[in-house]
Amino acid sequence: MNALNKATILVAIKKHSPLLIMLFFFLVALIVNNNYIYSTLIVIGLYSITALGLGILMGYAGQISFGHAAFFGLGSYTAAILATRFELPAFLALAAGALLPGLVASLIGRQTLKLQGHYLALATLGFGILVHIIFSEGGNLTGGPSGLSDIPYLSLNDLLIDSDKKFFILVCIVLMLLILCINNLVHSRMGRALRAIKESEYAAENAGIDCSSIKQKAFTFSAVLAGLAGGLYAFYVTFISPSPFGFHTSVQFVLMVVIGGLGTFWGPLIGAAAVVVLGEVLRELIPLVIPGAGGEYQIIFYGLILCGIMIYQPQGLSGLAQVIKGRSINASRNFKAK
Amino acid sequence: MQLLFSGLTLGSIYSLIALALVTTYNVTGILNLAQGEFVAIGALLAASFYSRGFALPLVVIFSVLLTAILGGLLERLVIGRAQGASDLTLLIITLGLSTSLRGLALLLWGTDTYALAAFSQGQPFLLGGASLNPQSIWIFACVLLTLGALYLFFEQTYWGKVVKASVMSQRGARLQGINLETITFLAFIATGALGALAGVVISPITMATYDMGFMLCIKGFVAAAIGGMHNIHGAVIGGIILGLLEAFSAGLISSGLKDAIAMIVLLIILMIRPEGILASLKIRKI
Repeated sequence: MNALNKATILVAIKKHSPLLIMLFFFLVALIVNNNYIYSTLIVIGLYSITALGLGILMGYAGQISFGHAAFFGLGSYTAAILATRFELPAFLALAAGALLPGLVASLIGRQTLKLQGHYLALATLGFGILVHIIFSEGGNLTGGPSGLSDIPYLSLNDLLIDSDKKFFILVCIVLMLLILCINNLVHSRMGRALRAIKESEYAAENAGIDCSSIKQKAFTFSAVLAGLAGGLYAFYVTFISPSPFGFHTSVQFVLMVVIGGLGTFWGPLIGAAAVVVLGEVLRELIPLVIPGAGGEYQIIFYGLILCGIMIYQPQGLSGLAQVIKGRSINASRNFKAK
Repeated sequence: MQLLFSGLTLGSIYSLIALALVTTYNVTGILNLAQGEFVAIGALLAASFYSRGFALPLVVIFSVLLTAILGGLLERLVIGRAQGASDLTLLIITLGLSTSLRGLALLLWGTDTYALAAFSQGQPFLLGGASLNPQSIWIFACVLLTLGALYLFFEQTYWGKVVKASVMSQRGARLQGINLETITFLAFIATGALGALAGVVISPITMATYDMGFMLCIKGFVAAAIGGMHNIHGAVIGGIILGLLEAFSAGLISSGLKDAIAMIVLLIILMIRPEGILASLKIRKI
């Protein structure tokens, strides 16, 4: 009886270990109470939100997007413009920042997701560049290349989120809620349909799954999450310009999902943390190795890591953990395009 | 008239890159996002050699050779290792390569802009009240030369037939004893050289910077998408169409929206006719 209880507890711990690890980090961060730690964790949290959405699209539905920075940026700009130009309450602006990218995604999604493989990748890439150009050429509305400043802090009634600590707690709450939602999603009928589409669209269609509608929903969902993260980002840094929403950021999002492991639940979170930490470490290390070198050179390593993972470890870091555990991995399951 | 000339010049630049993209795509099935970086590295190498005082023909030969070697090396070290991977995996790999090469170019050449002298001195030609830069003629010549060389290669040589066979059916080609790995290797060497040639010939007009490649690669793809990815002549025509569209929209509407036009064209074409608008004209497929 007692042993059984122990076993169920162990299984439960094992099943929720990433959640426990997150909780652990959450508590450590609160105890250490250091602004650098907070800001790094907030950035990881915001990227995680986007990566979770992109993980549904890439890992579960097997579609690709090289344009997610556009949705991230759309969320940011929508929230910022509504909060500064129209003086809407911050939380309303944030909600609009999440909804508008979703609307855009559902409008373009159906047509775009009919494309396969290369064409889909390039269509999303083109969309990302187009939106980026709109940000920098938007004139008065978007503030052009210099962007928008003086974005107010998030506030709800008397609660004003004006410190890194408060913002950190907010991001953690949002992330936890999303993890619960996505956990339900991937174990639902919808989640199974998504995986069926990844394995074979023909087979999924024959099993009665409306592929284009479900792909569109996954795309919209990922855009809403990217927009939400973008909106939060705008309220966190209180200043935005077009530069963080370019193609490089889209590549980083893809990198996060790929590093973490495609089609794994915790992959995007691990990937987001890995990419941000890697970025910080490289920024410290590279000037030591190559004197006078700035942080820009980290893109060499991003590229190499992306290549290396796709060639040698297509299951990402999550796959690595399974290799260590001695399970066999069927690498060919990854990204079956046709 | 002026817009027509600048459109044609731009268009030929895109055509050259589209030619390289389409060649790799047809021969290997890989859409090489690092193609633009070959262009950038070719142009930057040429600028470096030129500033060391090498003669112009030597500069061209050196930078084309070096970039061809780079293309071959990358195929052996990176892309060849991913045999049997799916299209998207390969696409992400070339994206990673492109990112790394851009970082490498940044490390070696910094953010400065480099200029290469024009191939031939002399005044711009005046034609119908508009001036035509002599360098534009060099670019046209390069496009025609490349097109001719590709045509001769595919139609007249034994190796051209081998490549054509493997485009038609990889399995069938393998059964005939054709080594696909070698063909992929050679394709990357060839497109490395082609990219570098494009880079060298356009840098007197566009200047050379470490990040010039990416946008050129995307534009090249738009050009290829207009023409249809399976068709070499279409790539050239697509490039010219895109160049003219950009020049006229920049000249008549706003220059800031030049890049946006290419993206809009890309999205419209991919949504309406992913097989390319020229595909219906039944231009012979290579």
